Amino acid sequence: MISDWAFIGIFLFLSIFFPLVPILAGVLLGPHKPGRVKAQTYECGIETRGPSHIQFRASYYLYALVFLIFDVEIVFLFPWAVAYGKFPLYAAVEGVLFILLLGAGLIYAWRKGGLAWQ
Amino acid sequence: MGDLFTAITNLLRGLLLGAGVPAAYVPWIFAVARAFVLGVSGLTLVIFLIWFERKAIARMQDRIGPNRVGPYGLLQTVADMLKLLLKEDVVPPRGDRILFHLAPILAVMGVVGLWAVIPIAATAYGVDLNVGVLYLIAAGTLGTLGILMAGWSSDNKFALLGAFRTVAQLVSYEVPTVLSLLVPVILAGTMSLNGIVSAQGAIWFVFSAPLAAAAFLIASLAEVARAPFELLEAESEIVAGFHIEYSGIRFGMFFAAEFLHAFTIGAMLAVLFLGGWQGPGAAQFPTLGAIYFAAKTFLCYFLLVWARATFPRIRIDQMLNFCWTVLTPMMLMLICAVVLVNRALADSTILLRAAALLGANILVGFSTLALFGRRMRRPHPHLHARVGVEGERIA
Repeated sequence: MISDWAFIGIFLFLSIFFPLVPILAGVLLGPHKPGRVKAQTYECGIETRGPSHIQFRASYYLYALVFLIFDVEIVFLFPWAVAYGKFPLYAAVEGVLFILLLGAGLIYAWRKGGLAWQ
Repeated sequence: MGDLFTAITNLLRGLLLGAGVPAAYVPWIFAVARAFVLGVSGLTLVIFLIWFERKAIARMQDRIGPNRVGPYGLLQTVADMLKLLLKEDVVPPRGDRILFHLAPILAVMGVVGLWAVIPIAATAYGVDLNVGVLYLIAAGTLGTLGILMAGWSSDNKFALLGAFRTVAQLVSYEVPTVLSLLVPVILAGTMSLNGIVSAQGAIWFVFSAPLAAAAFLIASLAEVARAPFELLEAESEIVAGFHIEYSGIRFGMFFAAEFLHAFTIGAMLAVLFLGGWQGPGAAQFPTLGAIYFAAKTFLCYFLLVWARATFPRIRIDQMLNFCWTVLTPMMLMLICAVVLVNRALADSTILLRAAALLGANILVGFSTLALFGRRMRRPHPHLHARVGVEGERIA
């Protein structure tokens, strides 16, 4: 038998080719007639002004930060979710306390206005 | 006929060994074959899914839908695909070329990769990972990365706006999705998807945790960025969003990834909450289990299509508020309730525990509505002002 993760590796390696083959076929089968107009940015018909990589609003950044905090902490909950049944009741209660702390963090971010779209 | 999958495997193993292939190579050949069959059948299914969705939505909108190419328009998608293949492949000369080429590949990889762990029947699955649920989360995120890369590398303001919205939407809804995935893990006591399916032999988790199933459905609708949540490609606002600069089959790959992802969400719902292949007689006859699984998956997929045809697109502030101030606190409360009820009643009968869990779900649902529901009905202050002025003009 081969290990589980070897199969995942084979699978992900193979799944590179599932999109790659049609894309290469498209490149080979399609016509190739580059032109000045085709190379323009596809926006409104008139030529685009200024750089495309514009500044973005800070709200997006705030959401990404809140997400990071939550996601990292939720990952810790997964081993607990598997194992809490094998421990006495206090293990379950401690997990709940951890979640309540998470909730307090959420309420803090909320009260500070970090979750309001401006 | 009872166990088609084992029969085929044994037949192929016999053929390979008979042809003189060393026994050490056989598992590797089987791994490659399994991966190939899963991936190719997934992507072939997309052809049918696109036809099904167009037809179903057409019926809901009192239209006929595709009906020219092939019987019932079944070959319409094949014709569309051929056309996409024969289109010119335009690559914007500016922007980041490497990321631009990588993005559609990652988008498809992230979706096809999910099928490695989804159990189709008792004896038919890619692999039974002991951290299957975590793998689902991790592989699913590859698609988000693909969208982000596409938006950034296209050198187009609309595409970049789409990518910004991706950050806000997909990243925000990742939190309730992961939290709702935690509930089946708590109930089954394992992260392996086969383990979760076998734990639902007596009672499906949709009955003991309906709120988690609903939260997973809504949050994953946002994760695949479909109809009520399709802000990152809203046609009327930012043209096509992140894939605006993509043409031909490169665009087709994003399209295929989106449809397969929606179907995969249906499969995940079926596995995590509807008992996967469980059903009368499925344990003895795995072939029957695969049919049950397919039926449940299609039912869930139909729910997604139905939602797409029913709900109008929501505003970005509504979407983010709903995620952070309704879904996330609700799921945190639900996890606390489920853990405590499940732990306190660990020694009682399955039915009693399921009833108590259902009661806890209803309680959490109603308290969420009471605590946070009223806020959601308030209109956006700016929008409210504008509607007032326009209303006066009409009056």
